[in-house]
Amino acid sequence: MTTSASAKYVADFKVWRGNQEGGGLEDYRVAVNEGEVVLDIIHRLQATQVPDLAVRWNCKAGKCGSCSAEINGRPRLLCMTRMSTFTPSETITVTPLRAFPVVRDLVTDVSFNYAKAREVPAFVPPEGVEPGAYRMQQMDVERSQEFRKCIECFLCQDTCHVVRDHEENKESFAGPRFLMRIAELDMHPLDAAHEAGLDRKRTAQEEHGLGLCNITKCCTEVCPENIRITDNALIPLKERAADRKYDPLVWLGNRIRRRPAGRTE
Amino acid sequence: MATGTDPAARSPRTPGTGVRGASRAAISARHLRTDRWWLSPALTAAGLFAFVVYSTWRAFANGDYYAAPYVSPFYSPCLAENCIPMKGGPNWEIFGSWWGLSPALLILIFPLGFRLTCYYYRKAYYRGFWASPPACAVAEPHKKYSGETRFPLVLQNIHRYFFYAAVPVAGILTYDTALAFRDENYEWGHMGLGTLVLLVNIALIWAYTLSCHSCRHIVGGRLKHFSKHPVRYRLWGWVGRLNDRHMHLAWASLISVAASDFYVYLLASGAFEDPRFF
Amino acid sequence: MTQLERQEWDVVVVGAGGAGLRAAIEAREQGARTAVICKSLFGKAHTVMAEGGIAASMGNVNSKDNWQVHFRDTMRGGKFLNQWRMAELHAREAPDRVWELETWGALFDRTPDGRISQRNFGGHEYPRLAHVGDRTGLELIRTLQQKIVALQQEDFRQSGDYEARLKVYQECTVTRVLLDEERVAGTFCYERESGRFFVLEAPSVVIATGGIGKSFKVTSNSWEYTGDGHALALLAGAPLLNMEFVQFHPTGMVWPPSVKGILVTESVRGDGGVLRNSEGKRFMFDYVPDVFKDKYALTEEEGDRWYEDPDSNRRPPELLPRDEVARAINSEVKAGRGTPHGGVYLDVSTRMPAETIRRRLPSMYHQFKELADVDITAEAMEVGPTCHYVMGGIAVDSDTAATRGVPGLYAAGEVAGGMHGSNRLGGNSLSDLLVFGRRAGLHAAQHAFEHAGALRPRVDEAQVDAAAAEALRPFSAEGPEAGAAETGRPPENPYTLHQELQQTMNDLVGIIRKEGEMARALEKLAELRVRARRAGVEGHRQFNPGWHLALDLRNMLLVSECIARAALERTESRGGHTREDFPAMERSWRPVNLLCRLTDPAAGAVAADPAPVDPARGQIELTSTTTEPIRPDLLALFEKEELVKYLAEEELHE
Repeated sequence: MTTSASAKYVADFKVWRGNQEGGGLEDYRVAVNEGEVVLDIIHRLQATQVPDLAVRWNCKAGKCGSCSAEINGRPRLLCMTRMSTFTPSETITVTPLRAFPVVRDLVTDVSFNYAKAREVPAFVPPEGVEPGAYRMQQMDVERSQEFRKCIECFLCQDTCHVVRDHEENKESFAGPRFLMRIAELDMHPLDAAHEAGLDRKRTAQEEHGLGLCNITKCCTEVCPENIRITDNALIPLKERAADRKYDPLVWLGNRIRRRPAGRTE
Repeated sequence: MATGTDPAARSPRTPGTGVRGASRAAISARHLRTDRWWLSPALTAAGLFAFVVYSTWRAFANGDYYAAPYVSPFYSPCLAENCIPMKGGPNWEIFGSWWGLSPALLILIFPLGFRLTCYYYRKAYYRGFWASPPACAVAEPHKKYSGETRFPLVLQNIHRYFFYAAVPVAGILTYDTALAFRDENYEWGHMGLGTLVLLVNIALIWAYTLSCHSCRHIVGGRLKHFSKHPVRYRLWGWVGRLNDRHMHLAWASLISVAASDFYVYLLASGAFEDPRFF
Repeated sequence: MTQLERQEWDVVVVGAGGAGLRAAIEAREQGARTAVICKSLFGKAHTVMAEGGIAASMGNVNSKDNWQVHFRDTMRGGKFLNQWRMAELHAREAPDRVWELETWGALFDRTPDGRISQRNFGGHEYPRLAHVGDRTGLELIRTLQQKIVALQQEDFRQSGDYEARLKVYQECTVTRVLLDEERVAGTFCYERESGRFFVLEAPSVVIATGGIGKSFKVTSNSWEYTGDGHALALLAGAPLLNMEFVQFHPTGMVWPPSVKGILVTESVRGDGGVLRNSEGKRFMFDYVPDVFKDKYALTEEEGDRWYEDPDSNRRPPELLPRDEVARAINSEVKAGRGTPHGGVYLDVSTRMPAETIRRRLPSMYHQFKELADVDITAEAMEVGPTCHYVMGGIAVDSDTAATRGVPGLYAAGEVAGGMHGSNRLGGNSLSDLLVFGRRAGLHAAQHAFEHAGALRPRVDEAQVDAAAAEALRPFSAEGPEAGAAETGRPPENPYTLHQELQQTMNDLVGIIRKEGEMARALEKLAELRVRARRAGVEGHRQFNPGWHLALDLRNMLLVSECIARAALERTESRGGHTREDFPAMERSWRPVNLLCRLTDPAAGAVAADPAPVDPARGQIELTSTTTEPIRPDLLALFEKEELVKYLAEEELHE
């Protein structure tokens, strides 16, 4: 068993406190014990110094994606950032997610994400396949399964400069999380959206803002589940959109062979 | 202890845009990163810039690109009449005599376009040259952003055509490499340091070309049911493994192309003698 | 106070975990306008932490499996204390509930012929758990969440409003179920973000708030698990059943301290992981109880063969029901054969290739790597028991999930009691959520239709005012309206009170219980209850965690007292209740159910009485009831010799 941090010490913290009207970074000195994560320190602050310090958290095991914040300027889960990654002399700055409206202290209004989730058309079950009769091969579900590891911490949505730096893009851009959701459904072996007249590839580009993504990979960098969002979801989705919209050969082939649009095989 | 249960009013502030927008947490710094986040984009920019300078010089130089049996990858295939004749080499005078500029320009368009629209290089230069964004969670300096939705950046979507073009170019470079197993008198059965340089280069070029995201899509990624296409699934798996290293291959092949060209330049200009293995 | 925002719904579901969401989907599909209210963000409920799988006898991996076998395993696991009709319904309906998830987009791991793959788990005779790696709970919650969104999209297409018929109030807390006489009339809630109060009026309320683990120090449960639903039911007049049965999962992380209690999934053992003490011995072979002697391997060789050939070998004792394994680990550590950090070793590194471990247990690999710096493909994990699940809960009708005595109040999931008897099998929780979540939603919707229009219950304004006063009290803990004896004293820090409560429950009503300790626990709880009345908070109502905790303390104290009182009363050891002073299981206790009710039901209606009459007196009274006899055709599923070990004398003669 390896020990991960030096013994107990007192760390310097800067924590953003405030709300919509304003606020700022406030200084605290807090005890740190062996093996702790940043969320432990925030909890100690609450229990001993600032009982009304607002923070969102839930499982404290990296599984629910509630405690998203920014630590030293980087979007992270508070519960998965170990104190041993910092030196004892380092001042650790904790702020709320900076891409979303702040509510109070470390809590932000993440309703943007829930609004976007609603805009992605749901899984379309195949007609005539009874529950219990679904047959799928492991190799066919694996791609979508990777995306379904997503814990919806929204760190990718937070770090993505398309909306982080440009509030006006929020309306037209679903963000990495929900573009990935479209990819997940488009790769689902039994999704019958196409039969129902829905072209997910085309709408990804036309309605969900796939073109705004410039594949600079920050979403992949921050993903606590190590989902390869850019390489496995966004770029394949761009290629699928290109099949539809920018590939005259495919277009011509579809015309000539009279295949319904939306087919990939 | 609180006297009221409603939040106290705070002093007003002057909002900006993006992370300094009115609804966001009031933090004036455009980022709070404490690591050397600028290092990576700076290195990327420096590397790409160095290559651009070097390749511009060499592309316009119109000389010292052939030292039998080696031809610089910048000048192969040679499509104009003003090319140095390369025995058995890719001299196809498609463009005839009216082309007066360096013949490199005719062919470099294809690898250049391939790399310019490559998903990795896009990330590299958007970050390194355009600071969009400079690094993750570091605010970008631009007021407006339309991504790849408008001309000219919407053209990035034609990456796959450059991939189609890059395959025959790589094929020709492979042919060049095979020819490098001749000696300066065009006798087969030779191998020199130059042969090795070209071999390494062509291996990297192929690895980079095949690791392309468009290639991954075409060989299998576009399928919905892998289980119905076992061969393409296997190919997709292989390309995927290469694709994991796309960035490394992009840099390695960029350097090897320049190095191969430079090696040929050294030989052609007489600055160096090719060591022979057999 | 009466100008609070009010909304009218047909069904209000409290809790957005597996049971709550399944109930909401069902109620909405029945046509009821349904509101879901949850403490966390939508999709973050504790269900996401379920790892192993959903138990359902689909027979995809071993075709011998069927609902009768599943029923039998469930009853054995629960030591026959289960509400047998629930166990029956659960075993019968679980496969349909799993298959239905696929039609909503769930992607389970597959068998080679394309069906849902199933894995082995403790107490299950055949591979039975549908799973997705070791993140099945996440898949479940996401699928239900996305189904809710799908229904909202349907409503949007019809009405232009996503929330016309199904709305999720996220980050809101219910502090009281409001009544019209005895019937449910709605809920009193506050929004965490703003601290604003509001009332949801509805003839049907489904409680699906999960468990109570946050009353214990070492727990795998998340912060939400403060026994809210249990307390809401108690305060509304519905009794709780068999609260003494608390499951300690045998394998929680023990190091580093900050993650102590976080779950290590049972799949580690199901897939081949073994438990060893500090001497390197696979000690579980010494702990196979008599009732299971012929079901489990007696040698390591046989146990190891079972993974490859389950038909002609018996399973290794690492896969005994959780209560047995937890007690065994506890004994080993007490006997001085524990690890440096007070656990035992759970080892997969010598049992499987590293690549297989990373593929089959990805989140365990990740969890140990990230949180403990341990590479489980190279070294053993250190594990020990952690408070995981409460088998007891709101007493419900098996078929309808209706609570006893409060028309319109339903309960499903962990908050409901009875289904799992004295001990829950792994994997039966997720299927429980789906089966009884659906039933609760169905019957709540029907109840709402029967109480529409003029029959609709009216919210009693006095209750709303009382609930608001109760909720605001922590802000004036120091103020003049506090009891005379309390003036001048500083308010109590809710965080300190919570820590003391957790320590008390952990030390005195934990995995091994003694009469004297539990009596001390009751005294300590009485003291904490008095102090909790003075719990004060700083700041204002906007997203104030100190305030939220102060309000949750009421619930934790109520539930903790139920557990301690019931545990003191039951003088035997059975499943999740182990008495050092009564170590044997007594057949005479088999048909006995203990019900908890409020001592002073009036306290339910009149909230926030500032000065308790007798602070030392408990809030809970116990009554003992006898269970309904098990239906003969279900009893016939067992061998006579086995029943003799469990059933009380008089039951055998019937």
